Amino acid sequence: MSLDRDAREKLVRALADAMIQHADELTSLDQAIGDGDHGLNMKRGFDAVLAALPGLADKALPEMLRTIGTTLVMKVGGASGPLVGTFFMELGKALPEASARADLVAATDKAVTAVKARGRSDAGQKTLLDVLVPVQTLLAEGGDASSVAAEASRAADRTIPMLAIRGRASFLGERSIGHMDPGARSTALLIGAAVATLVSEANS
Amino acid sequence: MSSSNAGNVGIVIVSHSPKIAEGAADMVRQMVGNAVPLAWTGGDVDGGLGTNVAGILEAIAAAWSPAGVAILVDLGGAETNSEMAVEMLPEERRARVVVCNAPVVEGAVIAATESSGGSSLAAVKRSAEEFYA
Repeated sequence: MSLDRDAREKLVRALADAMIQHADELTSLDQAIGDGDHGLNMKRGFDAVLAALPGLADKALPEMLRTIGTTLVMKVGGASGPLVGTFFMELGKALPEASARADLVAATDKAVTAVKARGRSDAGQKTLLDVLVPVQTLLAEGGDASSVAAEASRAADRTIPMLAIRGRASFLGERSIGHMDPGARSTALLIGAAVATLVSEANS
Repeated sequence: MSSSNAGNVGIVIVSHSPKIAEGAADMVRQMVGNAVPLAWTGGDVDGGLGTNVAGILEAIAAAWSPAGVAILVDLGGAETNSEMAVEMLPEERRARVVVCNAPVVEGAVIAATESSGGSSLAAVKRSAEEFYA
């Protein structure tokens, strides 16, 4: 996988659009079981990422990902900033400039491990890790683009019946059951947007 | 934000609400006066409820002491953002900043009281965390 400058800019815009267009939906999910700021926070972070264009896309992919991560850490606020930001930063650190599938599998594994450490959490606690972990596993097992995107969306749906153990939703105890986790949803949206861009680039 | 006096362990208060952070800092000052370096931060970058890494880094710098800095936080995001801020510090400062697992108001007052007696960073953290243990 190698993305030229144009493709890198498309990737950044696709990620940002996914968050900006779904800001209200994410906020309403977060109002149900959290503090109601997830949509606004992610939008703020990705507005700042967009503002770094066009220079951002001039950077090589690893450096671009690290910069996106740092920007999210500094701008998002809430726990999602460090969590999603750490994912991008670690992915950028681990990914070589011209990366093969095996590199992507290894880099996403490192990035997911870093998110677990940052949140002192793991899959099963109704967080973004309930999307990241199964998607990374599927990627490692050789899943193709469309199955990865579908799994991201299904994994977010699977957080609906889960009991929140980590994060603000855990204060609600059993009342957290029956609602999709907003962080899982935003992560699934980002993965969906990334996959769609990479597929359209591969076909162009 | 405010700070003063070096030497003793610095205290940083991080709350989602700037009013809570400032109020807790007022309570600390009432207890220990200017005997400990003290700073507070609260709110997201747009001024809404939340916490932000840049604000926390500024507060750590404002409350910096060679003896180290103890951070008191309220809810999850404050803790995650504080840990992120600590990791972003220059290497030589990183090991001298700790995030305490303690209630923000009580923890800040107890930590500052311990610090004002010249205690080490480890002792300050322990006293804040032991109060409710």
